[in-house]
Amino acid sequence: MDPVSNLLAAYKIPIGLWGKAFFTFLTDNFNAIFRGFSNGLNLLLDGLVDGLLLLPPVVVVALVAALAWYLQRSRALAIGVALGLLFIINQGLWKQTVETLVLVVAAAAASMAIGVPLGIWAAHKPKVYRIMLPVLDLMQTLPTFVYLIPVLTLFGLGNAPGLIVTIIFVIPTAVRLTHLGVTSVPTAIIEAGQAFGATKRQLLWKVELPAALPTIMAGLTQCIMLSLSMVVFAALIGAGGLGTEINRALGSRKIDLGLEAGLAIVVLAIVLDRMTRIGVGGKK
Amino acid sequence: MNVAVDFKNVDIVFGADTTTSLAMLDKGATRAEILEKTGNVLGCAGANLTINEGEISVLMGLSGSGKSTLLRAVNRLNIVSRGQVMVKDGDKMVDVVSCDEATLRRLRQHQVAMVFQQFGLLPWRTVEENVGLGLELAGMPDPERKEKVGKQLDLVNLTPWAKKYAHELSGGMQQRVGLARAFATEAPILLMDEPFSALDPLIRTKLQDELLQLQKTLKKTIIFVSHDLEEALKIGNTITIMEGGRIVQSGPPEDIVLRPANDYVRDFIANVNPLSVLTAWNVMRDRRDLEDAGEGWLWLDRRKTTRFKIDAQGLVAAAERNGQPAVWVSVDDIDKSADETSHVFWAKPGTSLKLVMLAMHRSQTSPVALFDDQSRFVGAIGIRDVLSAVLRR
Repeated sequence: MDPVSNLLAAYKIPIGLWGKAFFTFLTDNFNAIFRGFSNGLNLLLDGLVDGLLLLPPVVVVALVAALAWYLQRSRALAIGVALGLLFIINQGLWKQTVETLVLVVAAAAASMAIGVPLGIWAAHKPKVYRIMLPVLDLMQTLPTFVYLIPVLTLFGLGNAPGLIVTIIFVIPTAVRLTHLGVTSVPTAIIEAGQAFGATKRQLLWKVELPAALPTIMAGLTQCIMLSLSMVVFAALIGAGGLGTEINRALGSRKIDLGLEAGLAIVVLAIVLDRMTRIGVGGKK
Repeated sequence: MNVAVDFKNVDIVFGADTTTSLAMLDKGATRAEILEKTGNVLGCAGANLTINEGEISVLMGLSGSGKSTLLRAVNRLNIVSRGQVMVKDGDKMVDVVSCDEATLRRLRQHQVAMVFQQFGLLPWRTVEENVGLGLELAGMPDPERKEKVGKQLDLVNLTPWAKKYAHELSGGMQQRVGLARAFATEAPILLMDEPFSALDPLIRTKLQDELLQLQKTLKKTIIFVSHDLEEALKIGNTITIMEGGRIVQSGPPEDIVLRPANDYVRDFIANVNPLSVLTAWNVMRDRRDLEDAGEGWLWLDRRKTTRFKIDAQGLVAAAERNGQPAVWVSVDDIDKSADETSHVFWAKPGTSLKLVMLAMHRSQTSPVALFDDQSRFVGAIGIRDVLSAVLRR
C-alpha cells in the first residue's frame, strides 16, 4: 500500500469499539429496563396470538372477510380474502400465519403511531426534516443483520425484539410519506383555511390532514408490506411465525416447506394490501 | 362616508432580513436594485389607499405590480414590513399589522372574508361543507350553521348541488361556492383576488353581473384585484392602478380613462372603449365656458348653429337652431322623435356618451344640452367634444 493509506490504516478510528462500548454501557446499566420492556411486549404479543388462536380458524376467517367488506364495500374482495385465508388453513400454517399477522399489524400500527406525528412535525419545520433525513436514511439502509445483534443483546430473544427491528426498518416510510403528504397540500387551500380564521390546530385537522390522507394511507400500505418483508429477519431473533418456517426450510433445504410458507406470506401480503388500500381518487 | 380599510405607508418586502431592504428603499432604490443587493423581493412600497364602506375598489396592474400583495395584507396572508393597515372592526379601527393572533383570527372569522383565484375549495368536502367552513372554524353550532349555509346556497343558486363534491362542479360553479363561502360569514369586507380570471369569458361576465346584483342588496366593502381593465371599469367604484409595487393612480373609472397619470396608465387604457365608461358629464363644456350670444342667449356649439335663451333660474326659455325656433327634447324620448332639424336633444350628466352620440346622429349633428335634476341648463356637448373624448386628444 502507499504511504498515505498506510498512515491512515495505522490510526483506525475505533467506531466499532465505540459502538460496542455504548451498547455494553446500556446493557450494564439499564438491562432491567430493557428486559422489562421486552417481557411486557412479549406478553402482550403472545396474549394477542393466543387470543386469536383460541377462536376456531374459520371464525377468524369470517371476521377478517367481514372487516374487508366493511373497509372496502366490495363483495369480491371479501370472498377473495376468505379464500386466501382458507388456503393457508389448508396448508397447515394457520398458527404461524396468526403469529406473523399479529407481528405485522403491531409493527405497522406502532410505526404509523410514531411516524405520522414525526412526519407532520418535519413537514412544519424544514430544519427538523433536514436533521431527520440522514437518520431515516441510516435506518433504512443499514443492513438488518447489523442491528439484529445489539437488539438481541438488549432485548433478548422473542417476539418483542422482532417487533422492534421491524419498527426500526419501517418507521422511515411512515415519516417520509406523511411528510410528503403534508408538504404537498396546495397552498391555495391552506390559505383558504387561514383566511377564514383557522387556528394552527384547526388547520392541521380540518385542512392539512384530510388533504394528505391519501398519501398517509399509501404510507400505511407500504408499512404493512415492509413489515411483512421483515418477518424472515425477525424470525432469526426468535420471533415466531411464517419466517421461522422459511428459515427452517432454508436450513434443512426443504423446497416444499419453503414454497408453502412463502406462498402464505404472499397471500397475507395481498390480503392486507387490498384491505388497506384507499380507493382511486382518494375517496370511498 | 365611513372608512372600511385604510392602508398607511405600507411597504411589503419578501425575504428574511428586511431592514437593509427598507433602508435601501428609503434611499430610493428600485425593486431590481434591492433584489440584486439583498435577494429580497419588494412586493409593495409606500402604498396609501383609503377604501370606504360599501364601495367596490379595484386594484389593477400587470402581474408583479403588487396588487395581490397589497390585497393580502388586509388579512395578513402577507406580512407587512412597515406601515399600517387599518381595518374596521365593529365601531373601531384595528391595525392588522400589529394586532395579536386572537384579534387577527376574529377579524378573519367575522370581518374580512376572501375569494381566491383558484377557488381554494376543499375537494374532500361537499359544497355545503365548503360553504360552512368559515362558520365551522368560528365554532358556530351545527343547526345554526346548516341554516345559514342553506340561505347562502339559495342566494347563489347552488341548492341543487349542496351534496356534490366541490371537484364535481364546473369552474364557474366552483367559484359560486367560493363566493357563498365568503358571504356565509357575513363579514362586511370582502377580498377578491382575481376571482374570475380562471373562468371562460362568458361565465366571467355572468358572475360579474351576479356579483353586482348581489352587491346592490348586500352592500359589502369589496377590494377586488384584477388585471382586466374592462372588468375593473365595469364593477369598480374606484380603480387603483399599480406598477412595480407602487400606486400610480387612484380614482373613479372615468378619471382613469380621461386623465391617465402617466404612460403606464395610458398604455393600460389604450385598448379600452371610451364609450363604455364615459358619460355626458365627462365630455361637456360648462355653461360658463360657452360663448355669449347676447340678450341672455348662449351658443351651444362652436359653429354657432344652436343657441338657448336661459332665464334667471337657469331654465331654458327659448331655443333656436339655424336661425329658426327649435324645441328641446329629452334623449330618453329619442326613439319617439323623427329626424328633425328643429329638435335639440338634452341629456342628464349621467347619460352615457353612447346615447349622446346617438342623439347627435338623429338631430343631424346638433349639439346636445345638459340639464341637471332641476332641469337647469349646466352645459353643452358639441361634436368636437365627443371626438376629442373618444380620440383622447
